[in-house]
Amino acid sequence: MRDRSNMGLKLHLVLFYTFLYVPILVLMALSFNRAGLPTVWTGFSLEWYGKLFTADPILSAARNTLIVALISTVLATIFGTLLAVGVETRHNSSVLDAVLFAPMIIPDIVLAIALLSFFTLLNMTLGLHSIILSHVVFNIAFVVAVVRTRMRNFDHSILEASADLGASEFTTFRRILLPAIAPGVIAGALLSFTLSVDEFIIAFFTAGAGQSSTTLPMQIYAMIRFGVTPEINAMATIVMFVSFTLVFFAQRTDKEVFSR
Amino acid sequence: MTNRLKSVILLGPGLGWLALLMVVPCGLIFTYAFFERGIYGGIDHVFTFENFVRATDPLYLGIFLRSAKIAFLTTIIAILIAYPAAYAITLAPRRWQTGLLILVILPFWSNYLIRTYAWIVMLNREGLINNTLQGAGLIDEPLSLLYNNFAVIVGLVYNYTPFVVLAIYSSLNRINVETIEASEDLGAPAWTTFHRVILPQTVPGIAAGGVFVFVLSIGNFITPDLLGGGRLQMVGNLIYDQFLSARDWPFGATLSMFLIAIMMGLLFAQAVLANRAAGQRGQD
Amino acid sequence: MNQGVQLRNITKRYGLVTAIDNVSLDIRDNEFFALLGPSGCGKTTLLRTLAGFETPQEGQVIVAGQNVTNIRPSRRPLNLMFQSYALFPHMSVEKNIAYGLEMEKLPKDEIATRVAEVLESAKLSGFAGRKPDQLSGGQRQRVALARALVKRPKVLLLDEPLSALDKKLREEMQLELKRLQHEVGITFLIVTHDQEEALVMADRIAVLHDGKLAQVGTPHELYEHPGSRFVADFIGVMNFLNGNAVDGGVDVDGAGMLRGVSELRGAATIAVRPERVSLMQTAPQDGRNCLPGTVEEVAYHGSDLGVHVRVRGGRSTLSARVPAGQADRECIQPGQDVYCVWDAKHSRILPNC
Repeated sequence: MRDRSNMGLKLHLVLFYTFLYVPILVLMALSFNRAGLPTVWTGFSLEWYGKLFTADPILSAARNTLIVALISTVLATIFGTLLAVGVETRHNSSVLDAVLFAPMIIPDIVLAIALLSFFTLLNMTLGLHSIILSHVVFNIAFVVAVVRTRMRNFDHSILEASADLGASEFTTFRRILLPAIAPGVIAGALLSFTLSVDEFIIAFFTAGAGQSSTTLPMQIYAMIRFGVTPEINAMATIVMFVSFTLVFFAQRTDKEVFSR
Repeated sequence: MTNRLKSVILLGPGLGWLALLMVVPCGLIFTYAFFERGIYGGIDHVFTFENFVRATDPLYLGIFLRSAKIAFLTTIIAILIAYPAAYAITLAPRRWQTGLLILVILPFWSNYLIRTYAWIVMLNREGLINNTLQGAGLIDEPLSLLYNNFAVIVGLVYNYTPFVVLAIYSSLNRINVETIEASEDLGAPAWTTFHRVILPQTVPGIAAGGVFVFVLSIGNFITPDLLGGGRLQMVGNLIYDQFLSARDWPFGATLSMFLIAIMMGLLFAQAVLANRAAGQRGQD
Repeated sequence: MNQGVQLRNITKRYGLVTAIDNVSLDIRDNEFFALLGPSGCGKTTLLRTLAGFETPQEGQVIVAGQNVTNIRPSRRPLNLMFQSYALFPHMSVEKNIAYGLEMEKLPKDEIATRVAEVLESAKLSGFAGRKPDQLSGGQRQRVALARALVKRPKVLLLDEPLSALDKKLREEMQLELKRLQHEVGITFLIVTHDQEEALVMADRIAVLHDGKLAQVGTPHELYEHPGSRFVADFIGVMNFLNGNAVDGGVDVDGAGMLRGVSELRGAATIAVRPERVSLMQTAPQDGRNCLPGTVEEVAYHGSDLGVHVRVRGGRSTLSARVPAGQADRECIQPGQDVYCVWDAKHSRILPNC
């Protein structure tokens, strides 16, 4: 009896994974389909990838995305790590917890319109810089969450030991604390980068007009909404591949983060 | 270096950023809800409650309700799919479990738009599902699977079920195996052990996952936009419209307030339940 | 100049809770000193106050003649061996030990020499390149010790150093630490809740109770002449009988007059160690204390027997330790009538508190 229900459960799990991955695999398969449409397989082709790499709007959107992701990740990682250390070693309070958690809870559309309103109020011109400013907001929350988890998982008496052995606070921070939380910091950075690369709504609202500040997700949205072309499949496959690779490395760096 | 200075260095930049670029903007739109719409869009600084009144108009209430209904269905379906999946994972050999979990969460790390787009490909009239069904002779005409409530729910379930799996897995994992063994020792058959010993202990995980899915679904914009074909309005689309087409920022702000209020209410309720559950378990 | 440690009127409060209440201690140079007490008595707080991780509201800490009360831990001439060892997980054994010397900005070759020396004496030379997670518990402990001692502090503080070790290893390490202290020649200050451990290792012991100093003395003094019921009970095992102290002894309710020497009068407790109590079949008439009773329980301890006797009159029990040899001869059984006999000079008369 137990075995039969276990078999049922295993079957369910397999079906679940199928449900999760078939759409993704279909997209990947289609990206190599000469016809580009799901109706019929007309043969293997890299045509769509080729078209992708020669389409200027796509290339510039990709470049913009990278710039935004890189800068916002660097800023978020630095500020977020400092913040996490500060909160865990000094100022633990539930008010702070709420503030730090908020960016992950507020619906992105609400955050997007809030930021747009704010920038408009300040009469600020919009562009890649306004996207970066906005992305740092949720990236910080993410880095803080990851680094805080790391900080709770090591023996804090090594910090006291360092002080006892004569190290200044800064030396303790640099030589003992940072190495101890390094995996968390790196994982947080990688995950932040991924989030930023994929983020659509906030970018859409805060980018302003103009091709010069279009990011890849914005480009993808336009392509989906206003005319599905087969290049999207190729794009989708590449973007997924990049994301998966980043997450793979993030998990290798800090296994504990994923056992939350 | 004084303690105070150290605190400022550590907490200053991060908190400052969040304060300036999250707290202030959110506070700003909170105030917008109380103002009137300007003639060419923008804000007329005339204090009014009109927006709140308007938000309770049956038209808009209908949209809120529809969003809630869709979110609720999504949540139920997600839980029904996730629970057996999470359970199956706990039965797998220990060393596989992390890998299995990563496989569950991996799709989440691809682009949300692309994941949603994949369902356009799957569900459209010439899409994979229709092709397969027609090819197998099960239907003659392609089914209209896209640009309706069904598609939106499929999209939402697809995107958020992994979270529920993780939440339920986490709470299944915490169960003391000996309670299950005790139940068997005292004579309970498998199903009874499940619904009287295992299930109750996983309620916090179900609640956490469920609230998470509901909250993310009700405020969702992309899925109803792409899979609903732009005709189907949920709260997220409504807010988007108010800001970009209708240019009625105050009203958009008001709707956002309502949305946040619903979410906070749910999260608060869930936190209270979680606290009580933790209290009953002793310590955690 | 006194190289030891003085704690003067240290008081430490956390909100409404007083963790240390006006404690003063004089610890000599080159002494093995123990802070002993049950959990929550304040001994760890006191140690951390010495190390500098807690600041007392009142009082001073003086080390080798220098008032260090307001000096940060990194600048005090003491070093702490943490209960969890606190080895830096990402550094090798060598680097862990060298760390403290790097903080002193010593030249590289001197650091290398001293590290090598200390590794040699800790018998860890082959482990220099290993990381902490590749070492056993005992090895990690030696690294933690080496890391602290290589800095040649004036005082070494040890926070429950043996609690993580198993029994056999613990007993070895007790003697090893004693030997080390003699060799290094500095003051060792150890915190422990294990009174046996303190008795074995320390030259002098301070017993703490609820944040206050209960008694300070050598192991012998504390064992043979405890000043309070708490100390008498905490150290070793003790028999207690309540009564009224009069000239010549204590009048115990239901048992009559038991002899002992003390200045106390009024409500008091008379106490005697189990190993000082002999069991006899007939009452000796030689002036020794003598209580009739019935054997209730006999516990076999291998080297001796623990015998619990219910005193006639009904309200108290007395325990006696009977050496194995004697036990063989006398054949002691539950239900047997015996006399508990001890010399007046072994009675301790303690205030009731």
